[in-house]
Amino acid sequence: MNADDIQWLNVFIAVLGGATRVGTPFLFVSLGECLTEKSGRINLGLEGNLIMGAMAGYGISWLTGSPWLGVFAAGATGLVLGFIHALLCQQPRVNDIAVGIALMILGTGLAFFLGKPLIQPSAPKLAAVHLASWSDNPALRSALEINILFVVGALLAPAMAWFFKNTRWGLAIRTVGESDDAARAMGLDINGVRMLATMAGGFLAGVGGAFLSLYYPGGWSEGLSSGQGLMAVALVIFARWDPIRCLYASLLFGGAGALGPALQSVGVTSGYYLFNAAPYALTLVLMIATSSTKVRSRMPGTLAAR
Amino acid sequence: MTGLALEAINVSKRFGDLQALDRVSLKLKKGGIHALLGENGAGKSTLVKCIVGFYTPDEGEVLLGEHQQLISNPRDAHDLGIGMVYQHFTLVPNMTVLENLVLARPRLPSIIDWNKERMAIAERMKGMPFQLPLDAPVNHLAAGEKQKLEIIKQLLLDVKVLILDEPTSVLTPDEADEVLGQIKDMARRTGLAVLMITHKFREVVLYADDVTVLRRGRYVGSERVGDVSVEKMSEMMVGREFSGTALAREPAADQGVKLAIDALTIEDDSGLPAVSNLSLTVKGGEIVGIAGVSGNGQRELVEALAGQRPTTGGEIRVMGERYRGERQELLRHRFHCLPEEPLRNASVSRMSVAENLGFRCFDRPPHSIGGFLRRRAINAYAQRLIAEFKVSPANTAIPIGNLSGGNVQRAILARELWDQPNVLVVANPCFGLDFTAVAEIHARLMAARNAGAAVLLISEDLDEIIELADRIDVISDGRLVYETTPQAADPIVIGHHMAGHAGEPHAH
Repeated sequence: MNADDIQWLNVFIAVLGGATRVGTPFLFVSLGECLTEKSGRINLGLEGNLIMGAMAGYGISWLTGSPWLGVFAAGATGLVLGFIHALLCQQPRVNDIAVGIALMILGTGLAFFLGKPLIQPSAPKLAAVHLASWSDNPALRSALEINILFVVGALLAPAMAWFFKNTRWGLAIRTVGESDDAARAMGLDINGVRMLATMAGGFLAGVGGAFLSLYYPGGWSEGLSSGQGLMAVALVIFARWDPIRCLYASLLFGGAGALGPALQSVGVTSGYYLFNAAPYALTLVLMIATSSTKVRSRMPGTLAAR
Repeated sequence: MTGLALEAINVSKRFGDLQALDRVSLKLKKGGIHALLGENGAGKSTLVKCIVGFYTPDEGEVLLGEHQQLISNPRDAHDLGIGMVYQHFTLVPNMTVLENLVLARPRLPSIIDWNKERMAIAERMKGMPFQLPLDAPVNHLAAGEKQKLEIIKQLLLDVKVLILDEPTSVLTPDEADEVLGQIKDMARRTGLAVLMITHKFREVVLYADDVTVLRRGRYVGSERVGDVSVEKMSEMMVGREFSGTALAREPAADQGVKLAIDALTIEDDSGLPAVSNLSLTVKGGEIVGIAGVSGNGQRELVEALAGQRPTTGGEIRVMGERYRGERQELLRHRFHCLPEEPLRNASVSRMSVAENLGFRCFDRPPHSIGGFLRRRAINAYAQRLIAEFKVSPANTAIPIGNLSGGNVQRAILARELWDQPNVLVVANPCFGLDFTAVAEIHARLMAARNAGAAVLLISEDLDEIIELADRIDVISDGRLVYETTPQAADPIVIGHHMAGHAGEPHAH
């Protein structure tokens, strides 16, 4: 193998590794959005949850010295934002899209404001598991540094699919999302179910934020998130509201996001910014490619009806 | 088996100024079907909602069984074994039959053992009047199967009282006979008490044991079905001898083809063919009726004709010219359309009556000059229309969404019939209207025909089609499968074709 081939192999490995690293926030936000949308509501505010979660997670980790406490704090912050979203949306004639945009801006602004003192300090990070310490290839070693949160997310996806299919609560969420009439006939509390689903979805998005500040790219800055929260909404549509497909889609988006840095690491610098735009271009392409009515038929009924 | 299953005593309910129910009583016996007959707005639904505890009566009470238990909220009704099948389906379309049946169980375990549920339900299904495939997704079921599923859902809950709200409104005559026949058998066998809301005399006569008639919220009377004639029932229902006055059908002057559809193909929202290779012509001075069960392509056909949906093949010609549903063509050919549910499909509910009535003509003089609307002219025009069509209240400034269903229908019909349409497409024009409004709208459609319009009437109400049409086509699965005339029409044969059982022998 000549040096050139090894370089491209390294890019490939880096993209694979990046898929889990860059993809984890996508995974948590998309699972959260999937849960919320299954109950018949769209929460565009998850970008706000993500950034607030990143800030809160970093702050708590710095104050307590425990990154895992930070993760829980991030989730709790997302839970509160989800609660606000659900509370506002269940008022008469309130549009969930508009509330979501408002909360996205609120969450971002609040995080920047509260996070000012966190730019300097260095908080303890989440540790990674090194799966490739046997190898002397640095690219492979770095690619196989897997974070526990990714494992949690990867297990959560099938667990959520099982939950939707096999539990009373899962059926209740799907029913509420599919048809108001059916839910009412079953005696379900529609607003209550949506409230819980939105809060749980908000929690997951918050945890995704903690991954950003406590692992990769790490640290707290105002440029930490680059729209992952919003792209995750598109990702849920691409995944056809199936948690397991959310996992695959997150890895795909993660890989696309890792393409720019991977190319830079082997010295390809021309078009660097273009490659960094890969996830956004991918979002656009996927939205167009999947905007067929066949995708729509998988959409929760109450969302498709409007 | 005899004995009372349920009794409503002197139930009254008032909404604001409207006395919806005025001292209505009803006795429901075990082991039979009791029909609740009345026009729209007679208070049938209100009474039933009082029975299932959805409304609390202002006066009177509802008692269940020999123990005279009081029902005061929906949970009581549920716990005491009252099940209701609503007119609109309460199924979850993206789930399977099995999932829907399990979902209906009141106390579900936290974790569902699908194998166990499947075996239990398959076992109970054997004793049910109809069978359904457990793994079929509900959105692939036909309307009749959905209705059966709704009924099975209630029966699996071991209800003692089953309330059916217009159970046959989405069924073909054959399906209706099957469903009601089976339910009657089941009632006889198990002592189930069935209360059926209906306005179809045929079903009352064939399947009900007792009938209670309501009119304008008042109790008119209860009779054994065998003791009362259809004429007597309709008199009780409408308050005067119902005369089926034949509509004045003038002999059609041959005006030539005004609407020609040739090999038209249209896709539904999911990209599947909704209408395939459909051809028909309508001449001036002729009503062509398209009969069919809802969901066989009628909606897509009307939308395509109204210019609301692209076609994927074939062509439409109006007055001999190629037609694409553009506004200029609509105006030039005086092509008018009354879709079903006009409040949703042909009006903007928050805009005023005057604005809605002006949709056809607001951009032409005298209603607008130089691109500026002349509100006064539009108002005067709307006033003329609503006076002519007796829309009430006679106020053009209120949002059209505030009108009652019948008045919205009249208002939109006024807009479409004004100005002598050349081609008129009408879909389910009388859905949910009472006798008087139906008779009036039928007369208007006939008058438009007599004046030379080519009328395409698409309706799920076979009686309406037989009454109005000069020629009848049957649509099934997006194709015209049968053609006949009202003189030769046999509802049972038409029903077979509606259900897609073509090729079965039928005699003429």
